[in-house]
Amino acid sequence: MLAVYKRELKSYFQSMVGCVFVAFLVAFTGIYFMAYNMTAGYPYFSYTLSGSLIVFLVGIPLITMRSFSEERRNKTDQLLLTAPVGLGKIVAGKYLAMVTVIAIPNVIFCVFPLIIKSQGTAYFLADYLSIGVFFLLGCVYAAIGMFLSALTESQIIAYISTFGILLVLYLWDGILSMMPGSAVSGLVGVLILLTAVVFYIWRMTENPVIAGVIEGAGIIAALVLYFVKSELFENLLSRLLGRLALANVFTDITTNSIFDVTGIALYLSIIAVFAFLTVQAIQKRRWS
Amino acid sequence: MIEVKNLVKKYGNHLAVDHLSFQIEAGKIYGFLGPNGAGKSTTMNIMTGYLGATEGEVLIDGHDILKEPEEAKRHIGYLPEQPPLYMDMTVREYLEFAAELKGIGKAKRAEEITEIEKMVRISDVEKRLIKNLSKGYRQRVGLAQAVLGFPEIIILDEPTVGLDPKQIIEIRELIRKLAKKHTVILSSHILAEVREVCDYILIISKGRLVASDTPENLEKMLDDHTTVVIEAQSSPSEMRLILKNIPGIESVETEDAGDYVTWARIREKKGEDVRERIFRAFASAQTPLRTLKTEGTSLEDVFMQLTQTDTLPEAFAEKIQREEAE
Repeated sequence: MLAVYKRELKSYFQSMVGCVFVAFLVAFTGIYFMAYNMTAGYPYFSYTLSGSLIVFLVGIPLITMRSFSEERRNKTDQLLLTAPVGLGKIVAGKYLAMVTVIAIPNVIFCVFPLIIKSQGTAYFLADYLSIGVFFLLGCVYAAIGMFLSALTESQIIAYISTFGILLVLYLWDGILSMMPGSAVSGLVGVLILLTAVVFYIWRMTENPVIAGVIEGAGIIAALVLYFVKSELFENLLSRLLGRLALANVFTDITTNSIFDVTGIALYLSIIAVFAFLTVQAIQKRRWS
Repeated sequence: MIEVKNLVKKYGNHLAVDHLSFQIEAGKIYGFLGPNGAGKSTTMNIMTGYLGATEGEVLIDGHDILKEPEEAKRHIGYLPEQPPLYMDMTVREYLEFAAELKGIGKAKRAEEITEIEKMVRISDVEKRLIKNLSKGYRQRVGLAQAVLGFPEIIILDEPTVGLDPKQIIEIRELIRKLAKKHTVILSSHILAEVREVCDYILIISKGRLVASDTPENLEKMLDDHTTVVIEAQSSPSEMRLILKNIPGIESVETEDAGDYVTWARIREKKGEDVRERIFRAFASAQTPLRTLKTEGTSLEDVFMQLTQTDTLPEAFAEKIQREEAE
């Protein structure tokens, strides 16, 4: 794992991708910092950081796009997969290298609140918490990007699909506000989601009985619940899908100074899920 | 050492490897021979744990490559068809990375890399970026990677493809040198190469093992009839007339080469030598005989017969039946 980690990290800075990412993020944040904190005199660095979120959307796919797609295209994955190292460790090594690259600008950001302090009052708790959550959010985005990179041989496809998904997640609140809120639409939404999940199960197991039983049981449960307690389904869709607006945990701190511990747990579990899916995606390719 | 049992690999509907079974013993050089697309690379990829098999199992020193992958992979060094090189690293950096990946201790690493660099003659390029190296050097770096850690089994997929003749000879020498301490398995679609280097040949066609034996035995197996080829100044019908009365001939094929010249391929009966009889027959018929030569069965013929036709030659079919009965 250490071997893969060291090689990846070195390659990020040899191929300039890492340098470009760090420079871009720090420069962008620096401009915001000048505008908000220095010129306008607003004492919260966390607010500045929320402006840099958009840079993540462009920058993170840049780091993640080559992680597995390039290995596969150059067939260097043959070296990794035939070496006496578990696949989980290879994925972990690569992921930690990305996390390290993302950590570098965040460490630099830690200086900014001190600059504010030297000029007057600074709100360290909010600022440092927001930097920490900002970093974690970057790690979540990187896990998603890594998974998408493991699905394709093309860096470009990996970049565009990652960027697209991150953009949708970024705009998720706006998209959600268009969702209908009535109980019937909630029921329909649940049934659609259920069918999608069952379809996936059917594709993976190729067992129509299991899929059929789950679908049937799900429909009956949803209908019974609807007739017994229909208010459960009101606004269900936006409540269910609202958690997907990942950046909210971060923006809660920057705009309202609310720190959401469950949000952090959500971040960590998403990272774990996507790391797991990456391993599975690579495993699956060995068998097809 | 390596045991492959009933291996099957399907890509969708295409059957790439079809119930392949064989055993590899220690200390020999094995050659996988087969036309392009016969399933050689797929088999090697499964043996090294890069791909999963649809059915069957591969045991490396008793360890199943799928169930105990890390233990099994420790015994194998693998050079795939395209050397798995990181273009943005120098040769030395790359070998250090590979050594660490293979779990070679820090203390031994530098020494071992230097030794292997000397062995495959890349010491003078160790500080260069791999992307600036020629194909021959890249191949050698790939080979160095496979030898790192001196695993018991070294698997090389088409190690000499794309090299110039001098480099091919160097690589072959190196393979022979490695075989003194390691079991080497290499694949090739070039027959001469396999005969030159290998102690034992496995011929694969359409994903199945069609023959496996030493090169000498494979040649012997088809060598029960000899063919005599002649060229004479006569018409085909005249030639057939002359040959008709010679005892010991099983069959004759004639071919009119024009200008009153005819070629014939004469198949002898088992254990007969008809060359002298043919000479005397033509001499007494006053027909000038311009060529007379025998054609033995070469490994080339064995290979062609086994891989180009759908039916197996008798000798091989019998052998396979015998083996299955056992």
